[in-house]
Amino acid sequence: MTGETTHATRGNHVVPPERAEQGFRTIGEITTDNPVVVCRGVNVHYGDKHAIRDVSLDIAHNEVIAMIGPSGCGKSTFLRCINRLNDTIPTARVSGSIALDGRDIYDKQQDVVQLRARVGMVFQKPNPFPKTVYENVAYGPRIHGLAADRTELDEIVQTSLLRAGLWEEVKDRLESPGTALSGGQQQRLCIARTIAVSPEVILMDEPCSALDPIATARIEDLIDELRRNYAICIVTHSMQQAARVSQRTAYFHLGDLIEVGSTDQIFTNPRHKLTEDYITGRFG
Amino acid sequence: MSEQSASGALKPGQKNRQRVEAGLRRRYRAEARFRAYGIAAVALGLSFVAMLFVSIVSTGWTIFRQAYVLLEISYDADTFDPEGTGDPEVIGSGDFSAPIKASMRELFPDVEARAERRMLYGLVSDGAQFELRKRLMAGPEAVGSRETLWVLADDRVDQLLKGKIGRDQPADLRGLSDEEVAWIDRLEQAGQLELRFNRSFFTQGDSREPEQAGIWGALVGSALTLLVTLVLSFPIGVAAAVYLEEFAAKNRLTDFIEVNINNLAAVPSIVFGLLGLAVFIQLFGLPRSAPLVGGLVLTLMTLPTIIIASRAALKGVPPSIREAALGMGASQVQMVMHHVLPLAMPGMLTGAIIGMARALGESAPLLMIGMVAFIVDVPGALTDPSTALPVQVYLWADSPERAFLERTSGAILVLLAFLLVMNLAAVILRQKFERRW
Ligand SMILES: Nc1ncnc2c1ncn2[C@@H]1O[C@H](COP(=O)(O)OP(=O)(O)OP(=O)(O)O)[C@@H](O)[C@H]1O
Ligand SMILES: [Mg+2]
Repeated sequence: MTGETTHATRGNHVVPPERAEQGFRTIGEITTDNPVVVCRGVNVHYGDKHAIRDVSLDIAHNEVIAMIGPSGCGKSTFLRCINRLNDTIPTARVSGSIALDGRDIYDKQQDVVQLRARVGMVFQKPNPFPKTVYENVAYGPRIHGLAADRTELDEIVQTSLLRAGLWEEVKDRLESPGTALSGGQQQRLCIARTIAVSPEVILMDEPCSALDPIATARIEDLIDELRRNYAICIVTHSMQQAARVSQRTAYFHLGDLIEVGSTDQIFTNPRHKLTEDYITGRFG
Repeated sequence: MSEQSASGALKPGQKNRQRVEAGLRRRYRAEARFRAYGIAAVALGLSFVAMLFVSIVSTGWTIFRQAYVLLEISYDADTFDPEGTGDPEVIGSGDFSAPIKASMRELFPDVEARAERRMLYGLVSDGAQFELRKRLMAGPEAVGSRETLWVLADDRVDQLLKGKIGRDQPADLRGLSDEEVAWIDRLEQAGQLELRFNRSFFTQGDSREPEQAGIWGALVGSALTLLVTLVLSFPIGVAAAVYLEEFAAKNRLTDFIEVNINNLAAVPSIVFGLLGLAVFIQLFGLPRSAPLVGGLVLTLMTLPTIIIASRAALKGVPPSIREAALGMGASQVQMVMHHVLPLAMPGMLTGAIIGMARALGESAPLLMIGMVAFIVDVPGALTDPSTALPVQVYLWADSPERAFLERTSGAILVLLAFLLVMNLAAVILRQKFERRW
């Protein structure tokens, strides 16, 4: 079957035959009108393991793009390329080009600290700092020197918490530890922490996987809300979630970007066999 | 497995249940056995600790009290300041044994023979004269006046009072003649000889005379030494651990360094003493017997322990916190300083306290750098000659006088108390740093 053929060619770094036959690497429109992030030919190796091969994709302003695909296909790896968090893994090697607003982020001139202030990230497991709620949100503005004085910092903290939909719940306990909040609150705290530095792109790696449906719904509303100001790239294992929050969807398979398209099209009319198998639940 | 899939007399579910039940008993037995082993091990450990404490405390607790004689002292102007100058130099050069001898003669007017009088004077410690001298130098206006004063008695008197020398022993074994014992009894009956709080033990340095020998000198020596050790080894150890764990590239060289740090932790401590002797004293010309050098040597010894514990503590910080910090745009240094280090601090403190406790009990390396010398003065600076608690224990344990036995145990008690205070401080500090995540 197709899956087996794909496996057989893994080691030789060859384009899967079913893709080569069709004459292009990724099905669908990888480019957009107003891109913030432009990725071209991105490859990631972990030591000998080729985790991502030749991925090209644009991420647009004011758009939510969902990354879906079976476990281990390289969604997180791709996401972590965009804020260079893969730099912290000694065995990881990234090649290809990723540009943020036209400037290559892997350029020697690019400062990683500044990049990560522009590209925020929300992780799968809520990971607030073991500090107070206030300190959690104030941390980013503080290290980047965004607030001139305490009142300005207070303001940033409040607006961030408001926009993350957490203000009402925590306004009386700003000084209690962030780790004492519930899982869903913690995740929203992490989102508040991320938007406190006003990034241009927000990367979310399965932000709702540890949350119940109500907390998930709140975060999805929040994502929809945040789209007005940010470009959002979200990894999810839930088709419904992808369908609900995203405008575009990218399907990854064993390190390849198989298909990209509008969320509607991907879910109602997938063009690639693998995408269809995955969407219809026959696979992954 | 579902209940519906019944077939034959025994449902598959039931069969499994029986198997589980049969195994369950065995599991519980194994668990109970394991728990019994654990309790036995803990009980054994506790009983050894109890034995240690009982033996030390039972010989050492008497150290808190010491025999003192109540004497009527007259600071004769003729003896101390014949010209009435009030000059401390003149006063200080007076014969301070004279008033003590006079007072003893007054108490025992019937003792007249020279040899007997010498025996009589021997009941009072030599230390009494120094005490008098100190008092008079502090208040020279007392010349010409009298005062009643509790002065140190000789160690044999002390031991007799504490029952450590048997009265029915033959005189030569006792170290006290029958006359002396009789005088002691008379003094005691008159209420002029009693066991009082042992001030000198807790305020003096070492001495050849057991009754004057105090632990304070060694205690201060140990404190100064450990201060140097702590101030050097903790920051250096933590810095080395942070660098190796967080910043250094992982390559052959850092592997090599890691292996060698682990090896250093296993090097016998006396080797560090030899190194200290060769490097700090012979090469750098630092003074011998000084807490500074002792601290440096113990720093060398403690560093590997602290580095290893600190690295383990750093490794234990969850990667999610690191990613959170880096994801926020914190630099590597900011991540370490703001997030990783505070979370690793309790573990690092544990490492430090293990290292410091070992350093406190260490005597071998200190012997090599001359901290074993007989030192009477309490050290006042890092370069003053001094000794340390375990070395003092070793020195006293080696002394023939009976009274030193008690002092040895007393010194061990002080050492243990020091350790306790140190550990307590560490526990409090650690609790302050401990945070949940
Ligand atoms: N640090 C690493 N070292 C070595 N291999 C890694 C590392 N991280 C990921 N990989 C490998 O890279 C491949 C892609 O991993 P990645 O985490 O990106 O998958 P994913 O699509 O996010 O999966 P999931 O949906 O389960 O989160 C996997 O095969 C994984 O084993
Ligand atoms: Mg993932």
